[in-house]
Amino acid sequence: MQVYLDNAATTRIDPRVLARMKPYFLNHFGNASSIHKLGQDNDAAIKKCKIKIGQLLGVKPERLVFTASATEANNFIIKGVMRANRERGNHLIISAIEHPCVRQSAKELEDEGFKVDIAPVDSRGLIDLGKLKNLIGPQTVLVSIMTVNNEIGTIQDIAAISRLVHERGVLFHTDAVQAVPYLKINIEKDNIDFLSLSGHKFYGPLGVGLAVINPAVRIKPLIVGGGQEKGMRAGTYNVPGIIGFTEALTLAYQERTAYLKKVKELRDYLLAQIKKNIPDVNINGDLKKRTPNNLNLMFSRIEGEAILMDLSYQGVYVSTGSACSALNLKSSSVLAALGIADDNLNSNIRFSLGKYNTKKEIDYALKALQKTVSRLRSFSPIKN
Amino acid sequence: MALNYTKKTINHFLHPKNIGEVKNADAVIEIGNRVCGDQLSFSIKVEKGKIKDIKFLSFGCASNIATASVMTEKVKGMTLAQAKKFDWSTIVSDLGGLPNQKVHCSVMAVEGLKNVIAEYEKKQTENKKPKAAKKK
Repeated sequence: MQVYLDNAATTRIDPRVLARMKPYFLNHFGNASSIHKLGQDNDAAIKKCKIKIGQLLGVKPERLVFTASATEANNFIIKGVMRANRERGNHLIISAIEHPCVRQSAKELEDEGFKVDIAPVDSRGLIDLGKLKNLIGPQTVLVSIMTVNNEIGTIQDIAAISRLVHERGVLFHTDAVQAVPYLKINIEKDNIDFLSLSGHKFYGPLGVGLAVINPAVRIKPLIVGGGQEKGMRAGTYNVPGIIGFTEALTLAYQERTAYLKKVKELRDYLLAQIKKNIPDVNINGDLKKRTPNNLNLMFSRIEGEAILMDLSYQGVYVSTGSACSALNLKSSSVLAALGIADDNLNSNIRFSLGKYNTKKEIDYALKALQKTVSRLRSFSPIKN
Repeated sequence: MALNYTKKTINHFLHPKNIGEVKNADAVIEIGNRVCGDQLSFSIKVEKGKIKDIKFLSFGCASNIATASVMTEKVKGMTLAQAKKFDWSTIVSDLGGLPNQKVHCSVMAVEGLKNVIAEYEKKQTENKKPKAAKKK
């Protein structure tokens, strides 16, 4: 049996999404920038997609720019806004638990002479609004805080953060990659200037991201060329990808209520059974203010990569923030930001459930996990 | 990230040899720490200048476990002089290679071996000293 519990990494595409995309590979393959019919039909199809997405996310279609990934969207927005608005200031604020693509973008800006501050989170993984407020100064141009964390699934109060940031006359960006469909996104109601999404996180295709921009704010494009997306993002429109992204987003919100109920039941069952059957397990991050698909646990006395590999050989696929699993041999900065003791930073596993998981699969994963944990603990040098 | 463990490495990870603690060990040491994500404990029994038994415990990744497993297998039965010369590259080649970022695991296994031998020898000289004092 194979049990995929790594849906925060990527999801299996919904067959209905794939079916909608297929004709755009085989029949409607025109370049949407071409002025012949085959091209113009696709240009119209993209416009329709933007209208649909705009309705789903509460945003005007003109504010949507398709990219090849959320990593690209985050790079584009953060670097593009800072670089194009130097006369407004040189200060950027990001949170302590951002995705590497946000952290690395900030690092690049720092190397260019911009000033970057990190807004801390508390032990639950939630932004400290008071501390964030104190960081904002007259030079601050942009605040970037993710809606849902990719490792621990914690949900920030985006509406409150957006209010606070705008009270200070500063722009607000949120990486909302892990938020669909767990949260209802209403960009204009929450006064969000910039937002990033990725299709493959909600059963859509890989290779399609979305950047929501604020047309009133200057932004420097990351990729220049043929003037696509009103010059905001060059490169041939990925029509099948855009069709797939839109269909996946539509289905995600159409089927949201039933999905949320199901995934929460399975996640809660997984947690209850782990607590019942495996000793010395801790939950990382706030359990309530987190998306119902996520469970990030610390298994004392054993190492995360070993747990992951042992589970993998039993057909159970999870992820870890342990140093040994990373190419740079550095453990998760997200978990460190929560104040988790250094000794325990390498003992964590993220389970991220999805819409295809069944109770039978969870039962299998539980058995495998029990085997793994007891085997690895049987030869751990760390005694309690 | 490519994490291309060989079949042999995976085998040693899933079925490690010489796991545990040697009973009435002549020397026990710990190496590494949890913060870095790898900690090993080695215990040995020495007889007639040879490693009669060696076992290990691991808080570490698959390659940490596999490299310690191979090392213990290889050095068991060696004289202390031979074991002291044991090189980490022997482990890497025996496993059919290790991913670059995992080569340090084999280095740590060998460091652990050297430390446990050093601990054994230190104990030996300490044990001899009080005896010599008695004779006087």
